[in-house]
Amino acid sequence: MLDLTPDEWTAIELSLRIAIVATVVALPFGVAVAWLLARKNFWGKAVVDGIVHLPLVLPPVVTGYLLLISFGRRGPIGAFLDHTFGIVFSFRWTGAALACGVMGFPLLVRAIRLSLESIDRKLEDAAATLGANRAWVFATVTLPLALPGVIAGMVLCFAKALGEFGATITFVSNIPGETQTLSAAIYTYTNVPGGDAAAGRLVLVAIALALAALIASEWFARRAGMRFHGE
Amino acid sequence: MSVLALDVEKRLGDFALGAKLETAEGATALFGPSGAGKSTIVNLVAGLIAPDRGRIALDDTVLFDAAARINVPPHRRRVGCVFQEGRLFPHLTVRRNLDYGRWMSGEARDDAAAAHIVELLDLGRLLDRRPGKLSGGERQRVAIGRALLMRPRLLLLDEPLASLDAARKREILPYLVRLRDDARVPMLYVSHFADEVRAIATQVVRIEDGRILAQGGVELLAAGPDGL
Repeated sequence: MLDLTPDEWTAIELSLRIAIVATVVALPFGVAVAWLLARKNFWGKAVVDGIVHLPLVLPPVVTGYLLLISFGRRGPIGAFLDHTFGIVFSFRWTGAALACGVMGFPLLVRAIRLSLESIDRKLEDAAATLGANRAWVFATVTLPLALPGVIAGMVLCFAKALGEFGATITFVSNIPGETQTLSAAIYTYTNVPGGDAAAGRLVLVAIALALAALIASEWFARRAGMRFHGE
Repeated sequence: MSVLALDVEKRLGDFALGAKLETAEGATALFGPSGAGKSTIVNLVAGLIAPDRGRIALDDTVLFDAAARINVPPHRRRVGCVFQEGRLFPHLTVRRNLDYGRWMSGEARDDAAAAHIVELLDLGRLLDRRPGKLSGGERQRVAIGRALLMRPRLLLLDEPLASLDAARKREILPYLVRLRDDARVPMLYVSHFADEVRAIATQVVRIEDGRILAQGGVELLAAGPDGL
């Protein structure tokens, strides 16, 4: 069917790995931030809310550039992580995952926050009267009830990460086999003579992946919804 | 000896509650019109809100004491609650809802006790369903069972029948009477329906506008200014 070259496979595999890692690593942070924004009132909440949503409205190039100057080898955070833990982001696939995670983060937080806000707090009270401490209330009532939102947020974050281009290419460039994702590969192929066929194949793959993500989220959401309506 | 001894003040916006009451074994009805502060008292005893001042004790355990800075959190009070809307966990089956209290306390399974309550409330057919598929009356029976299975020291019932029609009420009332006489759990039964209170209560506390008007036997029901 689609006769993909090894280079194209590499770009696809890399894109999937980056998107999965970005989504999975962002998830606990996303749940924590969504919970804070949905449930707590604290000084500077508007600022936290703003910063979380910034990647949604900023030009991706700006986000990428900000990542470069803070998480790059000579950036303050990047230098610290390099010296202390030996973690390097610049020009690595991990940097691409960081960029994708940051870009997808607002979508993740939004979806989880909305579902947390829609939960009937009285159910949490009922759980407390039945002997559940706050951690157990969260684990056995809040989180399961927020699950449709968590899944929706993960799918959105994953899709955003899969398609991310501007921030990634600005932060970690476009290195085949390391940071050249599906999007970056398509961009590269459209810029080389005779690259149309390769670009076309990758475009088909991108469409297939996006559709698969949509169908999967639909399926998960329906299953979760079914559980609540008792079927 | 009193089961529940409460002497509290609580201000919630424009509403001020100042209540002092003691309950005995059996079923004490907290009776009064809506907005009288009945649910506030339930929430105070359950630990879901804290009084501004005062003291709440259950048997010989102090649950709240403003002066001594004691405020036992709800999950350690062992006070069972049945709310008007049931508040069953929609994502869990009836069986898991019933089992929730034991699950949280980490106690060993007591199959005999569970079977007894399932039988008492006639829940056997419902165990594998989810709350979304239950009728209003069934839901309240499960909620009562769930609260009982945590083996509460006191059972708070906050208008447990108010959302049901007359037929459903008649369906559940006998279960509550059986509960009072069989299970011997002290109950605080909140209601603004005199007929319900008459069927259940062994003791009545009348409350209005955040104040206790009278405390005594069921004869208090007849003296209502609302012509009950």
